[in-house]
Amino acid sequence: MSPEDLLFTREHEWIESGKSPARFGITDYAQGELTDVVYVELPEENAEVSRGDVVGTLESVKATSDFYAPADGKITAVNSELEDSPEKVNQDPYGEGWLYEIEIADPGQLAGLMDYPAYRKYLETGE
Amino acid sequence: MKLIFEKSHPGREGYSLPADGFEEIPLDRCIPEELRGKKRELVEVSEVEVVRHYTRLSKLNYGIEDGLYPLGSCTMKYNPKVGEYLAGLERFVHAHPFSPPELVQGTLELIYELGELLGRITGMEAYTLAPAAGAHGELAGVLIIRKYFEDRGEERTRMLVPDSAHGTNPASSAMAGYRVVELKSNDQGTIDLGELEKAMDSGTAGLMLTNPNTAGMFDPRIDRIAEIVHGRGGLLYYDGANLNATLGILRPGDCGFDVVHLNLHKTFGTPHGGGGPGAGPVGVKEFLRPYLPSPVVEFDGEKYRLRDPGEKSIGMIRSFVANFSVLVKAYAWILSLGPGGLREAAEAAVVNANYLLAKLKDYYRPSYGGFCAHECVLTGRDFKKHGIKTLDIAKRLMDYGYHPPTIYFPHFKPYAEETLMVEPPESEGREVIDDFIAAMIKIAAEAEKDPDLLLEAPGATPIRRTDDVLAVRRPVLHYDDELKLKEEG
Repeated sequence: MSPEDLLFTREHEWIESGKSPARFGITDYAQGELTDVVYVELPEENAEVSRGDVVGTLESVKATSDFYAPADGKITAVNSELEDSPEKVNQDPYGEGWLYEIEIADPGQLAGLMDYPAYRKYLETGE
Repeated sequence: MKLIFEKSHPGREGYSLPADGFEEIPLDRCIPEELRGKKRELVEVSEVEVVRHYTRLSKLNYGIEDGLYPLGSCTMKYNPKVGEYLAGLERFVHAHPFSPPELVQGTLELIYELGELLGRITGMEAYTLAPAAGAHGELAGVLIIRKYFEDRGEERTRMLVPDSAHGTNPASSAMAGYRVVELKSNDQGTIDLGELEKAMDSGTAGLMLTNPNTAGMFDPRIDRIAEIVHGRGGLLYYDGANLNATLGILRPGDCGFDVVHLNLHKTFGTPHGGGGPGAGPVGVKEFLRPYLPSPVVEFDGEKYRLRDPGEKSIGMIRSFVANFSVLVKAYAWILSLGPGGLREAAEAAVVNANYLLAKLKDYYRPSYGGFCAHECVLTGRDFKKHGIKTLDIAKRLMDYGYHPPTIYFPHFKPYAEETLMVEPPESEGREVIDDFIAAMIKIAAEAEKDPDLLLEAPGATPIRRTDDVLAVRRPVLHYDDELKLKEEG
């Protein structure tokens, strides 16, 4: 997946733009900061979630980090490959390292997210 | 170096026991087969092999008796030897946990007196010394809170824990059956009063707070925090991890805390972890006394005895009364310092940390300005442009003969980036801290001029960088795992 087709959160997560269900993952910057991911706790399929809910956890050799639901909706798929190969989050954060897919109830809730140029600026300036 | 298992030779022995003269009893008559695990192979080595093996291992180790151990948040202070001597006194060592109280009055007196001293130091009214470590104390403290609300018929299911807390706080709350609600810190790294106002409701049991917090920042609004929590019927829990910054200066009981736990192995000079068991006493205000775990030590003016506090008690939380030898060392530490000495210890810890911060802040830019308490948070963020991470700085410090500080903690905002948390406790003199500062400044220069020195560090240690990923994913916990890993290559 190309970062140009994604929207970004301030927590360094991405979600596919203009799709539902949409895939969700963490950014290349986030995986670099976390260092080697050794365990991924994924949400349950079909779980109903609200925006801002903690839906899962990434554990690296350095830290444990939650990831969130960017909008209200239903989890339609999770990347269960990560249970045996969590390193995919590091190797291919925008591709094989995706975390889950969510059916978005109200696309309007994604309006505050950044596009790729805005996210790059956020990385550089923190704003 | 070889493992002790690899040094084993069939038939070799280190010590031969005299014949016992008892009849041989078959194992089946003692322990039924289904209760027996797999037969373990014992190591067969001579005495000199054992002595050399462990002497060698001890030389590879680095501890507080080798040098500065500035592991932030852990308070690695020197443990005076007199504590070991006193804990080793024959009458303490041979006091059996099942001894009738009248035969161990001195032992019970020490437990009782230590509880009284901790009460005076922290402003709490009743203590249990039973918890075996800090996190165990947290669990006991949160269970006391739960039992109190159950007893009052109040349904409170949530516990507030700031994002700055030690990981043990949410873990203890969850183990005690609470749903943990994380409170985001404000831009000063302390409690956001607005967030607290929003989160603290009639379904919330209270707030667990470490003050000063894990970034070494004292929360000056503790009076208002207590007002908000108590105003909504909640209880305020004090995590004593950082009491060493305020000892003799400020008492948590006077700040409005209802339950506190202390880490005797941090603040009160007893050994950490491998140096012996821990102890995590819990103190409460008078209204929570009936909820303390069983048994409690009582004194009627003449005799000490053990008593069950009754049906409101959370019950027994461990076998026997306490990790007694730890209590002896803490008791000795408190009495040897006296009230003025305790205060001096806290002041020296705070001065040490601020001295270090002032000397290093231009090299390892902290997350923001101002003073710290007993530990300071520096960062390695300015070295990122040279391809250097805080991890590399920590590894390089090992080449200079230091145990590295805590790294990548705290990791809440505004302290999230490449943190390096340094705690130079009061037992360290100025020369020791100056030497450490000099090493840190050298490393900062190396990071700019010769980053490979850091990237390849440590070079002077028995092993270099470990494979952290393999260690987490395939931990070798006993010798069978090691063999399996070797077979797989």
